[in-house]
Order: sequence, then structure tokens, then C-alpha cells
Amino acid sequence: MQESNGKKLVIGVIGADVHAVGIRILDFAFTEAGFDVTNLGVMVSQEEYIGAAIETQADAIIVSSLYGHGELDCRGFRDKCDEAGLEGILLYVGGNIVVGKQDFSEVEKRFHAMGFDRVFPPGTPPKTTINWLKKDLGVE
Amino acid sequence: MRPVLLIDFGSTFTKVTAVDLDEEVLLGHASAFTTVDHDIGDGLSLAMNDLEKEIGVLQYDYRLACSSAAGGLRMIVSGLMPELTAEAGRLAALGAGAKITRVFTHRLSRQDLAHIEANPPDIFLLAGGTDGGNRAVITDNAEALARLDARFPIIIAGNRDAVDDCEDILSDFETTVCPNVMPRFNKLNIDPVQKAIRSLFLTHIIRARGMTKASSLLSGILMPTPSAVLSAMVLLAKGTKREAGIGELFAIDVGGATTDAYSIAEGHPTDVSVVLKGLEEPYAKRTVEGDIGMRYSATGINDVIGTARLAEMSDTTEEDVQHYLTAISKNKAYVPTIDDPRSSSLDRVLASSAVGIASTRHAGTLEEAYTTSGIVYVQTGKDLRGVRHILLTGGSVIHASDPRSIAEHALFSEDNPFSLRPIEAEIWLDKRYILAAMGVLAERESDIALRLMKKELISLGMSTASHVYTKE
Repeated sequence: MQESNGKKLVIGVIGADVHAVGIRILDFAFTEAGFDVTNLGVMVSQEEYIGAAIETQADAIIVSSLYGHGELDCRGFRDKCDEAGLEGILLYVGGNIVVGKQDFSEVEKRFHAMGFDRVFPPGTPPKTTINWLKKDLGVE
Repeated sequence: MRPVLLIDFGSTFTKVTAVDLDEEVLLGHASAFTTVDHDIGDGLSLAMNDLEKEIGVLQYDYRLACSSAAGGLRMIVSGLMPELTAEAGRLAALGAGAKITRVFTHRLSRQDLAHIEANPPDIFLLAGGTDGGNRAVITDNAEALARLDARFPIIIAGNRDAVDDCEDILSDFETTVCPNVMPRFNKLNIDPVQKAIRSLFLTHIIRARGMTKASSLLSGILMPTPSAVLSAMVLLAKGTKREAGIGELFAIDVGGATTDAYSIAEGHPTDVSVVLKGLEEPYAKRTVEGDIGMRYSATGINDVIGTARLAEMSDTTEEDVQHYLTAISKNKAYVPTIDDPRSSSLDRVLASSAVGIASTRHAGTLEEAYTTSGIVYVQTGKDLRGVRHILLTGGSVIHASDPRSIAEHALFSEDNPFSLRPIEAEIWLDKRYILAAMGVLAERESDIALRLMKKELISLGMSTASHVYTKE
């Protein structure tokens, strides 16, 4: 395990999504990489991510979605963060965030427009996300 | 004979209970009505006169007391998010037997501060932020409190990174620093705060109150009454090293001004398909319904249930209901008599409704969610369906003609199947109103207190929720 880098993450699986395994793996991988992780588990609402991020003073919120409804679930997330005083918080999303075989660059564009800083396609290894987190949060 | 005296200074009644420790029997008990605004010594003298008429004048080994007189232990809680640190603080204060007058979230506004200045609490609980989390809000709130003229003890139990600063900022106040009530997201740590509340209650609060005539007893006042009741229930459920308890229980205390619900139970989900949400629940949990009571808050029951429904349930008319509510609001000491069947019926319906409302608000809930993996149940709060004991207490209900039917309103109901209340339970009645006294006695003699409860609480038999559909 790497030494703590002092950066705090809030992670969880959004919406009516019960995929419990992946988020445990991310929790483990992020913690191993030195992050302080608050794992909200499955079926997480936007309000839960935001409440947890405020109390823990998180540096980033990482939203997972594996059941295809991510686009609906994530709508208005950035606005709610702004409303709650989390202006500028780093917002990531990843997983099977849309239904069917869509061109990922289009998907990425739509999630960028919704205010997500980084959007990860299916099959992204945790290492990739960790590298981006370190870059965006200015560790190492 | 080794008699001891246990006193409960209540806001409505002062109750005295005499116990013989050698024979492990209740010698007698008496109570006297005291209005909130009188010196609590008056009620005690009246109650003692009655007790002495019953059992004579005894030389008591010691006298111990609990108190909820003069408004109880009034606390204000401030936290950051309503459902997180503010809720954790609220749970801590309630479990310590406090009467919570206000809960503030986020930053204290000028209006909030004016309220605090005008209504200073007995204890202020300052929380906010998980450990290593938000520190700006709790620090700003400490600075805002420091500018007040009012002084009161403050317990600081927020983000550990901020507590030293808060303590320095609040150096003009008597402060107690405790570990964070919510050190990590949804993780509760309320025991240290409850210990601090208890200790402040002993050293400051009792003395600060106009309890002059009872001054010879001051050293014996150990805790707020709800805290005594809660510890009696924990003892009854868990037992001691030498004496077994009865197991997990759900209790409703129907009072004149409030209705309190207690669960001494883990309440974990019973099925792997259930997703648990929300803040961790304390094993010994107390909730208070300030709008639900048999006298001062009877109109609150009417507000929730509705006059028409109350009339229907009691087989009376809406005029009868209104007339009765007016009558009891004028005479808080009113007790219905057998020769007045309409009032008895209304009293029973009010009590049943109070039990129904308080038990529903206390128990956890299930929600159905449709997911791509099928139906999933989301549980919030405690699942009490498997709890096998329901205990009914409270001056307003223990003399009711049919306490069992009143208590059964705390059972699972098909009208509200997602409220996780007990499906099948033995109903117990605190007929002689001994819980608070036993909670106090347990401080010195827990085995005797437990055996006395087992002896004195009356079992009214097993009750089962009607029409329960279960998966089995």
C-alpha cells in the first residue's frame, strides 16, 4: 500500500444499480494507491454522494454505473454539487454508463456537457483512473 | 430489611418507589401531580406523605433519583448535514435522555444565534465534519457561539482536525472535547458524548435548577429520567453476567406531553437481498415524538390521525372528540373513570394512536426498488420484525382497561407493510411504573433491579400481527 496522499474520494454505484463487486474492487485499488476512500456502496443517490462529500470534504466524487441508466441517473449532478457548495469538485463517471453499442466519443461528449471532468469507458482498469486522479488532484 | 428509596422527578408527576434489597421486593410506591412551574420539592413531599400512609415511615439506606423536571435536560445540537453529523448528534443527545429543543445544520445564522441567546440550552452539542473532513463550518459555528453573551456548557464532538481550534475559540465557555459523533461517513460513535452529557448533568444541570426544597437530595440525582428508563430497558434485554435478560425489545412510553419509543435491538437486515441505507443505528435507540402525548400533546394526535378517524375508532362523534380534547387540555391530571364510557373509549383510542404513530416513526422502513436484477429492498433504520417483546409504559396508559390492545398498535400492520415493526411479540406492561426507578437502582444493584423487573412487569401474553404475509 502506498503512503496516504491526503486526497479524499467519495465513490459509489449510482441509481437503482446493485452491482456490488466492482465498487469493492475500486475501493481496494484507490485505497492501495494512497487515497482516503469513502465507499457508499450500491444504489447511491446524488444527494448521498453530495452529503458524504461535504462532511468528508472530499476532493473528488467518482460515480460508477453498470446497468445502462447512467445518463438518466447523472442528470443535474453538477448543478446539485454547485448548489450544495461543492463548486469545482472533481467529478468522474465510469462503467457501462449507457445502453447498447454507442460511439464512446459521443457518450464522453454528452457526459462532459453534463459537467463530468472525466468519463471512462467499459473495461477501464483502475490504474487508468488512479493515474488521472493523481494528475487532476496534483499528487506526484 | 434494607429499604432504599427511588425517586423520579417528572415534569407531570413525582413518583417515589420503595424497595427492600434483602427480600428483593417492591415495598410500595406513590406519585403526586406537580405542575411544571412549581418547585419539585412540593411534589416529593406530597408523594412521600402518600407512600408513608401505605408503608409507614422507614429509614432508607440511600435515596437515588432521576429527573426530567423543569423542562428536562434541554439540549441544542448543531451539525453539518441534516442526515449525517446533525443526525448523529441528535441520536447521541436523545440516547442520553435529553430533550432536544433545536437542531441546527450548516452555518449558524444570525437568527439561529438570536434563538440560542434567548433560549440558552443546558448543554450545546457542537458537531460537524467527519474526521479529516469539513472543518470550516464547525470552526465558524464555534466563533459565532463565542460572540454570544449567554454561557452554557458546550460539548465539542466534530472533526478531530478542528476540535483544538474550537476549544480555543470557546475558551470562555465550559467545554468538553469528545471523539467525533460521526468519525467516518455513516459511522456512529455516540457513547463518549453520552458519558459527557451524563457527567455535565451531574455536576451542573441539577444545581442550576430551582430545585431548592429538594436540595438534601441533590447528591442522589443521577441522571435524566429517559436515560434511567433506557438503562433499565438495556438491562432487561441484555441481562447481567449472573442473570439472563429477556432478549431484544421494543418499548413505547406514552406520556402526557411526549411519546417516547425505545428499541434495544440490532435491527440488521434479515435477508441478503436487502440493501441497507443511511446512518448506522444505535443498539439502544430512543426517539421522542414531541407532538404526540395524552394530555399536553393530545391535539397533536388529532392532527396526525384526524378527528373523523378518532371518532370512528372510539365509536363516538367528532363533537365528542373535540369536547374531550378541550376537557383534557384544561385538566391535565384528568383520569377517565369507568362510569364515563365515552371518555374511557376516547382515552384508549388516543393511547392506541400514540403507540401506532410513535412505533411507526421509530421503526425502520423497507422500500421496493425495481432494478435490472429484479426487485431489491432498500432498508432504512432498524428492522424490528423479529423482536419478540413489546413493553408498554407511561403514566397515561398503565391504568388503561385494555393495555394489550393499546400495545398491539406497535405491531406490524398490513396497512403499512413497509414499516418494520414486530410481527409476533409477548406484550409486557409496566403496571407499577417501575422502569425509571429500576434504571436508577441498576447503578448500584443491577442484578436486583433486573430480578425486580422480571417479577413486576406483567406479561399480557403473545400477540401476533393480523394477516401477515411472509415469504416463508
